[in-house]
Amino acid sequence: MALPDIRERAGYLFLAVAVGHIVLISAQVNSRSGIPLLQAVVFGAFSQVQRVAASVVGSGQAIWRNYVDLRNVRAENVELRRREAELQVKLQQQRSQVEATVRLQQLLDLREQSGLATTGAQVIAGSATPDFRTVTIDKGRRDGVRANTAVLAAPGIVGCVVTASRGTAKVQLLVDRNAGIAGLVERSRAQGIVLGTGEDLLRMEYLAATADVKQGDVVLSSGIDGIYPKGFTIGRVERVERAGTAIKAAYVRPAVDFAALEEVLVVQGSQPTQPGVNRAEGGK
Amino acid sequence: MNALKVLLGVVLALVLQTLLSRFLVHGRLGVDLVLVVVTYLGLTSGPVVGLFAGTIGGLAQDALSTGIIGIGSLAKTIVGFISGIIGTQFIVSQPIPRFVVFVAASIVQIGVVMSLEALLELRSLARTYPLTLLEAAGNGLVGTVLFQLSDLLPRAIERRKTARGGVRVSRLRE
Repeated sequence: MALPDIRERAGYLFLAVAVGHIVLISAQVNSRSGIPLLQAVVFGAFSQVQRVAASVVGSGQAIWRNYVDLRNVRAENVELRRREAELQVKLQQQRSQVEATVRLQQLLDLREQSGLATTGAQVIAGSATPDFRTVTIDKGRRDGVRANTAVLAAPGIVGCVVTASRGTAKVQLLVDRNAGIAGLVERSRAQGIVLGTGEDLLRMEYLAATADVKQGDVVLSSGIDGIYPKGFTIGRVERVERAGTAIKAAYVRPAVDFAALEEVLVVQGSQPTQPGVNRAEGGK
Repeated sequence: MNALKVLLGVVLALVLQTLLSRFLVHGRLGVDLVLVVVTYLGLTSGPVVGLFAGTIGGLAQDALSTGIIGIGSLAKTIVGFISGIIGTQFIVSQPIPRFVVFVAASIVQIGVVMSLEALLELRSLARTYPLTLLEAAGNGLVGTVLFQLSDLLPRAIERRKTARGGVRVSRLRE
């Protein structure tokens, strides 16, 4: 590209020469502060550039630092989340251990209080069909478990063993529609037969027409069926069905939460015990 | 479908039913996975397989329960057989017809069981129409989902295989 002829650009030339002069003059003239004007002007101008540059660099550094910090924060956040998750798991494990300890302690207390020969077992499976309520436990004939023996938990009676194989046993829960247990109302000693309905509530039938049964009464096993030991909690009366003034039946809420059943005690002997031995736990 | 596969399917359903019973059964309501599998096998493999699966599954369930052995298995045999006939006579390839078949299968099973229990003067569950329908709908929902999944899974595997094959061919070409 050919340079433009300087002669055609006279105005620019004049401007350049004028500026040169001004610079030259100012280099020799001091400002009010005693600093040469050129130095003051150059410094003043350049300081602005420096300020802007410093600001830009500073911002860049800040952005970079923030970015790096953010990266660190992110990594730290990930680490903290991981640690939190670990701690949550540990907490849950400890809670679970505490709960298991409490349950086992209750079973142990029950075992000691009842004076029955029992063996502890764990529930390993539930019902094979929704129509019947059974569970499978991990103890069988090998452990002394026999058919028609009672199965207990800390809150009360669970059911009875209906089939025992070598290492496992099938337990019919009280709520099974084919289950039945001789019961008595703790307060009035009114006797009846408590039957499973296949639902959440049990039905106490064969009560005397004038029996004294109220909502909230605790129902215990009476022991006359020859399977369940006497005095263990079956549940609490939730409502009473009447035909006129006569009592027809009472609906009993089982003391045991069958959905949350994990550990049980299987009675190995059939020594009847004193009534109400587990009232403190089962009657809650 | 060979007998071993049918047996495996039924056993798997039974294992899941016993392991998940606390989630599958709430009060009077419950999902019967064995019934679902029997109906599914009947629909997909015909009346003979349905019948076979119903007999095996029902007998196993009866044996693991406290009732009379044979009532549940007879009901499931009937259900398996009828669903097999429906599967061969009708095109049941959409979710709604499938849902209807599963619901009908549940109702037939409950009907047969209740009839037999009444006939034998056994203690029966106090069922109401709404609860029966709700239970049947639960089985229907589970069955339909199972059916849809069993349709989608082989296709997804096939697509994946095809995609892998395509990659191999393009690599070979390169």
